[in-house]
Amino acid sequence: MKTEKKSFFSIPAVQTILASVLCIVVGLLVGYIVLLVINPKGATEAIVTLLKNYLIYPSTPAKMKYLGNTLVKTAPLLMCALSIQFCYKTGLFNIGAAGQYVAGAGACLFCALQLKLPWIVCLLAAAIAGALFGSIVGLLKAYANVNEVISGIMLNWIGLYIVNMLLSGVKETSSPYTVTLSSTNKAALLPTLGLEKMFSNNTYVTVAIPLSIIFAIVIWVILNKTVFGYELQATGFNKDAARYSGMKEKKNIILTLMIGGALAGIGAAFLYLTGYEQWSVTQTSVPGMGFNGIAATFLGGLHPIGTIFSSYFIQHITSGGAFLDKNVYPSQISDLISAVIIYLCGFVLFFKMFLNKRSNAKKGGTSK
Amino acid sequence: MSLLIQYTLIFASVLMLVALGGCFSEHSGVINLGLEGIMVMGALGGALAMNAMGSASAVVVIVGTIVVSALSGLVYSILLAVASINFSADQTLIGTAMNMLAAAAATVAVKSINIAENPDNVSSTVVYGAAKKSLIIKIGSFQLSWLTIVAVVLLIASYVILYKTRFGLRLMACGEHPQAADSVGINVAKMRWAGVLISGFLGGLGGITYITAGVSEWKFETGVAGFGFLALAVMIFGQWKPINIALAALLFGFFRALSNVYSGFDFLAALNIPGSIYNMMPYIISLLVLAFTSKNSRAPKAEGIPYDKSVR
Repeated sequence: MKTEKKSFFSIPAVQTILASVLCIVVGLLVGYIVLLVINPKGATEAIVTLLKNYLIYPSTPAKMKYLGNTLVKTAPLLMCALSIQFCYKTGLFNIGAAGQYVAGAGACLFCALQLKLPWIVCLLAAAIAGALFGSIVGLLKAYANVNEVISGIMLNWIGLYIVNMLLSGVKETSSPYTVTLSSTNKAALLPTLGLEKMFSNNTYVTVAIPLSIIFAIVIWVILNKTVFGYELQATGFNKDAARYSGMKEKKNIILTLMIGGALAGIGAAFLYLTGYEQWSVTQTSVPGMGFNGIAATFLGGLHPIGTIFSSYFIQHITSGGAFLDKNVYPSQISDLISAVIIYLCGFVLFFKMFLNKRSNAKKGGTSK
Repeated sequence: MSLLIQYTLIFASVLMLVALGGCFSEHSGVINLGLEGIMVMGALGGALAMNAMGSASAVVVIVGTIVVSALSGLVYSILLAVASINFSADQTLIGTAMNMLAAAAATVAVKSINIAENPDNVSSTVVYGAAKKSLIIKIGSFQLSWLTIVAVVLLIASYVILYKTRFGLRLMACGEHPQAADSVGINVAKMRWAGVLISGFLGGLGGITYITAGVSEWKFETGVAGFGFLALAVMIFGQWKPINIALAALLFGFFRALSNVYSGFDFLAALNIPGSIYNMMPYIISLLVLAFTSKNSRAPKAEGIPYDKSVR
């Protein structure tokens, strides 16, 4: 029998990449239109600035320095995206990643600033705190059938208020921000391994960046090359079938969310243990990192390696938003574009079906 | 004490309106996780309308605010309807996207308006103090919002529509067993559109009610603090039934109100519990309530599943 040549557009990887590119293009287009509506004069320049991000600096050292800053924030974003992705493979929508991230931030900063522990302990504490928050969602889902989205959101807010209380003991006297790591406990700063030299001595560039990429690869291996990963994906496809074939679906749900929580918690440590940001104990909204992770994970085609690139892209335009002239355009335009991209990701399945239908129809046409 | 009742009533109205919205959507078979975003959009529309109307006559302000905010919510909910009904999209993903989009869009919109008026004003705050006075009925020192009255009327209307009209019963059939509904000639897609749009209408009203509770300006960067999701918890606790939802909303509203007024009670102030604990309370209560009520939930059977004619 002759093997039929498959149409280029019916290869799943091609479809996924095509869909993501399309989401980005439409997302940017919507952003551009909004910029035009706000002020048509500078709109083109604004969208270019947003896309250029650090490239707007003329000198290479400055470019490298600000590329470093974007990467510093990409690492935690990637971890949150991986957290959401890992859970989504088991059929769980871990919107609680935002709260697990908050818990991780609270735990690592508390260990670093109050208990003066070294970075490795702080990192572990963040992972444990995130896992704890994740496991609450998992337990409620497995044993009480509570929708993980609703319990996740509730825990986001509970986490925020707990962390605000927890860290109010280590805040600066004159501001709502926590004291800096470099002044209080240098041992809690993540090691840079000489990476800062590549980025014009940007000391916020630490081991967190390569580690987050390693995490992405590990997640890919776990999901695709281990029995555990297979069980998780089987549970995601069909819970009842998984149970019928002897998989412990309750245990898997809890374990998945624990791991997802740990990933998000580590993500927080990857940002706060670099000293790049301080926690404000009066903040009244949950940090957006966990929510942006949703954009990154779906844009990355739900693939750990794709997510590395999509996380970078999302962070790139988010950081780019900060370069806009804030007396003309609000920087939240980047968030708007990310949100539009997530919305469009909802249509990806339909888009793929459409492509498959078209290529099938073509095939039918030629064989006649 | 009267302050506690006042805040309980207003927050209960918010939760009830939004939970009823969720109730309509879910009875038709679509999970509406975008209620948080719909609230933000309703609040945005209402706030801008109030800001524009300023000190117009009371009737104009009341009607105008209600219409604009409800319509803002309704229009915004089209995003969910198109994606989930016509394109069979993942409803959880779409809802989440809508929440993020609303937060970002509202912030961008308000900031742009503020910047256009004065380039140095980069805040995301809308002020509507003048018009807000018209929304309040003063009974001595006690303040009742017109929006609470609207909420009660809509509660009764929801009950009647869902249980006593042909439309309501058909709507619920689409959430329970869309295949069966389709087989007797009910247009499932149309019913689901109706369910989602009604939820947008009610969610938008809930949004304006939330931001006019106690304050006369709103910073849109802060969104609505998870109230859309609290409302979903209220809906589940109320087992998708309007009357039960109203009672659940009162309970949750009470705990939310406590965080506003606890310092006014001598015995609560004496306990010296940090304010954060009171702020956490509604969320903790809702987790507990969900833990005990979700197991035997009476959720519409077909909710969250896109209707596929070919599997009939």
